[in-house]
Amino acid sequence: MALTWTIWISMLGAVGVYLAGPGNPARCRWIALMASVAGCVATVVGTFQVGVNSELVTLVRVPWVKPLGIDFHLAADGVSVVLVLLTGLAAVAGILFSWNISVRANEFFALYLLLITGVYGVFLSFDLFQFFAFYELAIVPKYFLIAIWGSTRREYGAMKLALYSFIGSALVLVGVLAIYLASGTSSFDLVRLANSGLPPGVQTWAFPLVFVGFAILAGLWPFHTWAPTGHVAAPTAASMLLAGVVMKLGAYGALRVGMMVMPHGAALWAPVVATLATVGIVSAALVALVQQDFKFVIGYSSVSHMGFVLLGLASANPRGVSGAVLQMFSHGVIAGLLFGVVGRMVYDRTHTRELTLLEGLGLARALPFAAVTFTLAAVASMGLPGFSGFVAEMQVLTGAWQAFPVAALAAGVGVVLAVAFTLRVLQKAFLGPPTTVTPEDATPITLPEKCGALLLLGTSLVVGLYPKILLDWIDGGLGSPAFATMRKAFGWP
Amino acid sequence: MAMNYFELARLTLAEAIVVVTALVVLGVDLKMGSATALATRRGWACGLGVLGCVATVAWLWVGAPAGSIGGGMQVSDALTRWVKMVLLGLTVGTLLLSGRSAFSVHIGEYVAVLLLGLVGMMLIAGTENVLVLFLALELASVSLYILVGFNKRDPQGTEAAVKYFLFGGMAGAFLLFGLSLIYGATGAIEFRAIALKLSTAGVSPLLLVGLVMVLVGLGFKVAAVPFHFWAPDAYQGAPTPVASFIAAGSKVAAFFILGKLTVVAFPAVSGHWSWGSVAPGWTPLLAMLAAASMVIGNLAALSQRNVKRLLAYSAVAHAGYVLMALVEGKTLGLFAVTFYVVTYAITALGAFGVVSLVEAATGGADWEHFRGLSQRAPGLALCFGVFVLSLAGIPPLAGFFGKFYLFLVAMSVGGGDFGLLWLVGLGAATTCVSFFYYLRLLKVVFVEAPEGGKDVWPKGGLEFATVVVAAVGVVGIGCMPGFVLGPLQNALAAAGF
Repeated sequence: MALTWTIWISMLGAVGVYLAGPGNPARCRWIALMASVAGCVATVVGTFQVGVNSELVTLVRVPWVKPLGIDFHLAADGVSVVLVLLTGLAAVAGILFSWNISVRANEFFALYLLLITGVYGVFLSFDLFQFFAFYELAIVPKYFLIAIWGSTRREYGAMKLALYSFIGSALVLVGVLAIYLASGTSSFDLVRLANSGLPPGVQTWAFPLVFVGFAILAGLWPFHTWAPTGHVAAPTAASMLLAGVVMKLGAYGALRVGMMVMPHGAALWAPVVATLATVGIVSAALVALVQQDFKFVIGYSSVSHMGFVLLGLASANPRGVSGAVLQMFSHGVIAGLLFGVVGRMVYDRTHTRELTLLEGLGLARALPFAAVTFTLAAVASMGLPGFSGFVAEMQVLTGAWQAFPVAALAAGVGVVLAVAFTLRVLQKAFLGPPTTVTPEDATPITLPEKCGALLLLGTSLVVGLYPKILLDWIDGGLGSPAFATMRKAFGWP
Repeated sequence: MAMNYFELARLTLAEAIVVVTALVVLGVDLKMGSATALATRRGWACGLGVLGCVATVAWLWVGAPAGSIGGGMQVSDALTRWVKMVLLGLTVGTLLLSGRSAFSVHIGEYVAVLLLGLVGMMLIAGTENVLVLFLALELASVSLYILVGFNKRDPQGTEAAVKYFLFGGMAGAFLLFGLSLIYGATGAIEFRAIALKLSTAGVSPLLLVGLVMVLVGLGFKVAAVPFHFWAPDAYQGAPTPVASFIAAGSKVAAFFILGKLTVVAFPAVSGHWSWGSVAPGWTPLLAMLAAASMVIGNLAALSQRNVKRLLAYSAVAHAGYVLMALVEGKTLGLFAVTFYVVTYAITALGAFGVVSLVEAATGGADWEHFRGLSQRAPGLALCFGVFVLSLAGIPPLAGFFGKFYLFLVAMSVGGGDFGLLWLVGLGAATTCVSFFYYLRLLKVVFVEAPEGGKDVWPKGGLEFATVVVAAVGVVGIGCMPGFVLGPLQNALAAAGF
C-alpha cells in the first residue's frame, strides 16, 4: 500500500539529506523536495487505494514487542486519510517556502523530514504504543528547527514549545498506561482497546489526562501560550508545519485516542471541553486584534481557529465531529499559507514584522503577489464562502448549536472577531497609505514561493467549492468499525 | 556442609578466567617495564584485558554449566550468565575507552584493578547468599575506590576517591549490620531460606530496621537519594573511563542484586503503599527512595554546568525510575528493571565515551567545551545526541521503550486500583523536568556556535568506534526491543522466574 511508503520515504529522505552534507544547500533542497513530493504522491495514490468506504484498511501489521502485545500496525480510515493528505501537501509547500535556507541546510531538511515522518506515523498508527512513539518522535525536531533557524527569542520559544509538548505527552503517557491496564486486553491495538468496554470509572479520570495532554498541542485554552511564541520564533517552514500539521496531531490524538477509546469520559467532560474551546476561540481572537507583530496575529488566529476543531469534537454529534476533521484540514492549509506569506514573502524581505513599520512600506505595490495571496488567504481564513474554512466552520457551528447553543453563539462572535482582526492586519500590512519608501530588499516573489502558495490556495478553493471531496472520506471514516463504540456511546444513527 | 571444590571451580570458572587475565596483565606489564613506550604497554594491557573478557563471554555462552553451590553462594543459571555476559561486554567497552587515556602510567595495575572490580560484580550477579553478597560488593567497591583516585596527581580525583571511600565504607557497614539483623531475625543467610522463614515470621521491628539498613547500603551503590552525595564528585573527579565503569557495570550489578533481593528474598515482607493504605515492608522503602531520587536527581541536574556532573545527577534520577518499577516486587519488575539498566548502561557508556573524547580534544567537560560540538565533530555530536535523547526517553531510542516499560510495570501495581498512580504521576512530572536539562545540553551541542579556533581532534579510532557501536546499539534496541527482551525473557524463564 502506498500510504505505508509515506513514512519510509520521509525517513529515507531525512537520512539522504543529512548525508548530502552541509556544503551544498541546493542539493539538499532538491533531495528534500523530491522526498516530500514522492510522499505527497504516495498519499494521493494511497488515498484512492483506501477508497471512500466505511472500512478500516490495514496496511501493515507485524508483531513488534511480543511480551507486551505491541504490534507495528499501520492502518487507515477516512479520517486518517484526510489528515495524511494534508501532511503531504503541507510538507511540499513547506519545502517550497524554505528554498532560501542555506545555513546548515542538510540538518534543516533532515529534521524537517524527520518531523514529517513522525506526523505521517501518528496519522497512520492503530497501535497505541506506536502512536505514542511517533507522537514523541515529532517533538524533538521541532525544538531544533526553531532553536537553530528561528528568529525572535528563538531559544525561549523553542524550549517553551518543547516543554509544553512534553508535559502533554507525560499526561498522555499516564492515560495510555491506564487504558492498557484497565482494558485487560494485553494489547495496544487501538480498535481492540476501543471495543474492550473500559470501565467508566477509569474513563472518568483517564479521559481528561489523554484529551488535555493531546489538546495542549492543539492549542487548548489555557494551555495555548506555547503556540504564538513558538510560531513567531520558528523559521517559516517550521511555523507552517507547526500550525499546519503539528497542531492537528494534538487534535487527532484527542479524537483518536481520547474520544474513540473513551467515549463515556468524552460525554462526561464535553461541557468542559466546549467551554474551554469557546473561551479559546473568543479570547485568542480578541488578543489577535491588538497585536503589533504580524506573526503574532497569525499565531493567535491559529489558536482561535483550532478552537473550532475542539468545539466540534466536544459537540460529539456527526456534524460537529466531521466538521472538526474538515476544519483540521482547512486550517492546516490556510494557516500554512498565512505563515508562508508572513514569514517568507514579507519577513525575509523586509526584516520586520512590526505592523507600524510595515504600514509605511506600501507592500501592496512592492510585493503585489504577496498582497494578493495574503488577501485571498485572509478571505479564506475569515471563513468566507468559496473557501474551505467556510464549510468547516459552518459544520462545526451547526453541530455545536445542537449540543451547546450558548457555546455556538459565542463561537459565532468569534467568527466576527476573526473578520475584524484579519481585515485589520491585511489593511495595516499591505494596504498602508501610498508611499515612496520601498523595502530594502524587494526581490520579486520567487517561483518556489509561487508554487507553494498556489498549491495551498488551490487546495482550499477546491475543498471550499466542492467539500464533498473530503466530507465523503471523513463521514466514511467516522462510520468505520474503529469508531463503533464511540458511535454507540454518543447515540449516532 | 561439605564443599565440592571441583564443582566450585566449574561454576566459578568464568570469574577465574578474569582473575587470571588480571594477573597476566600485571605480569606482562611488569615484564615490559617502564622502559617500554607507554602506548605499547597500554595496548598490551587493554588488549589482554579485552581478550580475557571475550574468552569469558565465550565460555559463558557455550560451556558454562548450570548449578548452585554452597547454599546459593554461587548460582549459575541462564539469568546470571546473561547478566555476567552483559557485565563483561560493558567492561570491554570501558577497556576500549581507556585505550588511549593519559591519566596514569601504571597501566597494568589499572587494567588489573578494573578486572578485579569486574570479578566482584560478576560474583554479585551470581550470588544468592547474603555473606557472599557482602564480600563481592566490597571487592567491587574497593576496586572502584582505587580506580576513582587512580590519577594521583589530580587533586579533584583524590578528593572524589576519599569521599567515595568514606561514604562507601559507611554504607558497607550499614549493609553488614542490616544483613546481620536479618540473619538474627531469620537464622538464614541464603535468599531462599530467608524468604521461607519470613513467609511465616512476618514483619518485626527488628527485621524492619534490618531492611532499612540493607537499603542504605544498596541505595549507596545505586546512588539513590539520600545516599547519592558521592556520585557527582566521583563522576566528575574520576578518570572518565572509570566514570563510565561506575555508571554502567556497577549500576547493572547493583540493580540486578537489588531486584533479586526484592523478588527472591523479601517477597513475604514486601508490604505495600497505595492511596494512603500503607503496610510497612520492603517496597514502601523502595517507593520512598524512588520518589526522593526522581525529584532531587532531576532538580539538582537543572543547575549543572559540567557534563559529567549532569550525567551523575541524571543517573540519580534514573535510579529513581528503576526503583519505581522495583516496587512492583515480582518477576515483571525484575524483568523490566534488568532490561532498563542494561540499556541504560550502554547509553551511559557511550555518553562517557563522548565526554572522554571531548576532554581529550578540549581539556574539559564543561559546557564551553561542548559548545558547538555539532559543527566541530558532527559524527561525535550525533552520537552524543542519540545518548542524551535516549536518557531523556525519546523514541526510537532504547531509553524510550525502557522507560515506558518501567512506568507500565509501576502502574500495574495493585491490579485494577492503580495504587501506585501517585508515584507514576511523580515520575511523569519529573520526566518533564528532565527534558529541560537534556534539551539545554543538546542546545549547547547543536544550536550554539563554536567559539575560538580549531580544536585538534585526536585520532581516537577505537574510542570513536566504541561510541558508534554504543549509539548503534541504542538505536537498534530502541527500534527492536525484542532483541534484548526476548533473550532476557528466556533467561528469566529458564532460571525459574
